[in-house]
Amino acid sequence: MSVFEGFRFRRVTSPIHDRDPRIKFVLVIAMFVIAILFTEFLPLLVLFFLPIPFVLVAGVRKAWLRSLRGALFLATFIFVFNFVFGYFYRQYTSVTALLEFSLAMSLRFLVLVESFSVFFLTTSPDHLSLALEQSHVPYEFTFAFTTAVRFVPVLAEEAQTIMDAQKARGLELERGNFLKRVRNYIPILIPLIVSAIRRSLELAEAMESRAWGASSKRTNLYVLKMNHGDLVLLVLSIGLLALGVYVRYFVPIPHLSTFLPYLPL
Amino acid sequence: MIEVKDVYFTYPTGVEALKGVSLSIGDGEFLAIMGQNGAGKTTLVKNFNGLLKPTKGEVRVDGVSTREVSIAKLARTVGFVFQNPDHQLFSETVEEEIAFGLRNFGFEEATVDKRVTWALNLLDLTEYRTTSPFMLSGGERKRVALASVLAWDPKVVILDEPTIGQDHRQKETLRQFIVQLNEQGKTVVVVTHDVEFVAECSPRVVLMSEGKIVADGEAKRILTDTTLTLAASIVPPQITQIFLRLTDLGLPKDVIDVSEAKKIITKYLVEAKARH
Repeated sequence: MSVFEGFRFRRVTSPIHDRDPRIKFVLVIAMFVIAILFTEFLPLLVLFFLPIPFVLVAGVRKAWLRSLRGALFLATFIFVFNFVFGYFYRQYTSVTALLEFSLAMSLRFLVLVESFSVFFLTTSPDHLSLALEQSHVPYEFTFAFTTAVRFVPVLAEEAQTIMDAQKARGLELERGNFLKRVRNYIPILIPLIVSAIRRSLELAEAMESRAWGASSKRTNLYVLKMNHGDLVLLVLSIGLLALGVYVRYFVPIPHLSTFLPYLPL
Repeated sequence: MIEVKDVYFTYPTGVEALKGVSLSIGDGEFLAIMGQNGAGKTTLVKNFNGLLKPTKGEVRVDGVSTREVSIAKLARTVGFVFQNPDHQLFSETVEEEIAFGLRNFGFEEATVDKRVTWALNLLDLTEYRTTSPFMLSGGERKRVALASVLAWDPKVVILDEPTIGQDHRQKETLRQFIVQLNEQGKTVVVVTHDVEFVAECSPRVVLMSEGKIVADGEAKRILTDTTLTLAASIVPPQITQIFLRLTDLGLPKDVIDVSEAKKIITKYLVEAKARH
């Protein structure tokens, strides 16, 4: 569950929180594209450290670290997967090259997770839906999206209560072999799904009784406006992307093997 | 016998729900835990069957610390009926639902069948034996949840908000049922906001506020003490409210029982008539 921790928004203000979510999203996309551009270790390492000043300015260090720690397991998995399959199915001349590629791949995953984590940690769901709406995404989709985000903690809490109720009836989740353990979760999943469906029907009724969708043209109390800070961030993001593309095509990227001794496979 | 020794409990979120609670519940006692929302009532009873373990202090059930045994083992002695039956119902039939706990505790199939029949009969659910619990009404679902716990005959029964969403008749049936359970020697712990319900049952009352026990004693004493009830955000029973406003007539203040009230008023009226 700790990966989700890194995506839960807390209402505070900081120079990062106050930025227009659309611009922050441009930054995330820029990071995303650059991460995809490179398969070498060193540029990805630079990319990995890039969001840290943002995290510090926004004051979300703790939650951000927690989401990274949560992602570490998958990153390790990606490393092992790439290493093993690279060893058997690809033509690598040295261990260092294979090692670099596998490390780079798990680092790329971490870069994606951390930049999205910064985005979600510093953007309130309301702002996000506002941004989507003003980017002309149909309101039905925006609403479904923000509702889904909004109900994640509610469902997590409900799952905990259900688990408690079933444990109080003698259910032991950790008992038995693998198949039995999976089956142990049936008494938890059924009440959870039933209540989620019931809740969604109730929500639909409550919304309709408050005239949801009555007028096709909605107006908002708050309108997102870009200011100087946003422009700075936009220029920064585009600059970053341009730099990434430039380095990719015109700068020779040093390999790890240049620094490490040659180890033949 | 449940002994709670200076228990503190802090949730992982940092909320300190219990701040030094000590309490002893003897075998066969009937206890109501009352107090405002967030006073720590549910947190406290979740410590009784090991669902939560104290951050500091200790809870002992029949002399054994809840830290030392599994929840499943404790649940065999301490049955816990949750507030919302929808948090536990999952089976295809009512009978399967009731058998779930019994199978978890390793009862033999023949015994399971016997106990299910017994529990269905006890809570007047026999006609729904093969019905899906999801097809039942709210009150019936609550009864199925109760039956599914009583089926394994735990020594202690904890009921979290049993009266919520029940109409008057169901509440009265439930009250008689709980009193009967208690008379059969079971320890009954009820967590509730329902002052009238408590007044009618007249159990020992533990009043909680902000993670601490602020009062512990007879229902009659606690529900009629306006300073205590005010501190715990509960309102005295209606009959008590009348008597609290009639003190200038020389009537007693500590009345929570309607039939007792009737006797006192009749006596007063007869005497008043004689005086004129």
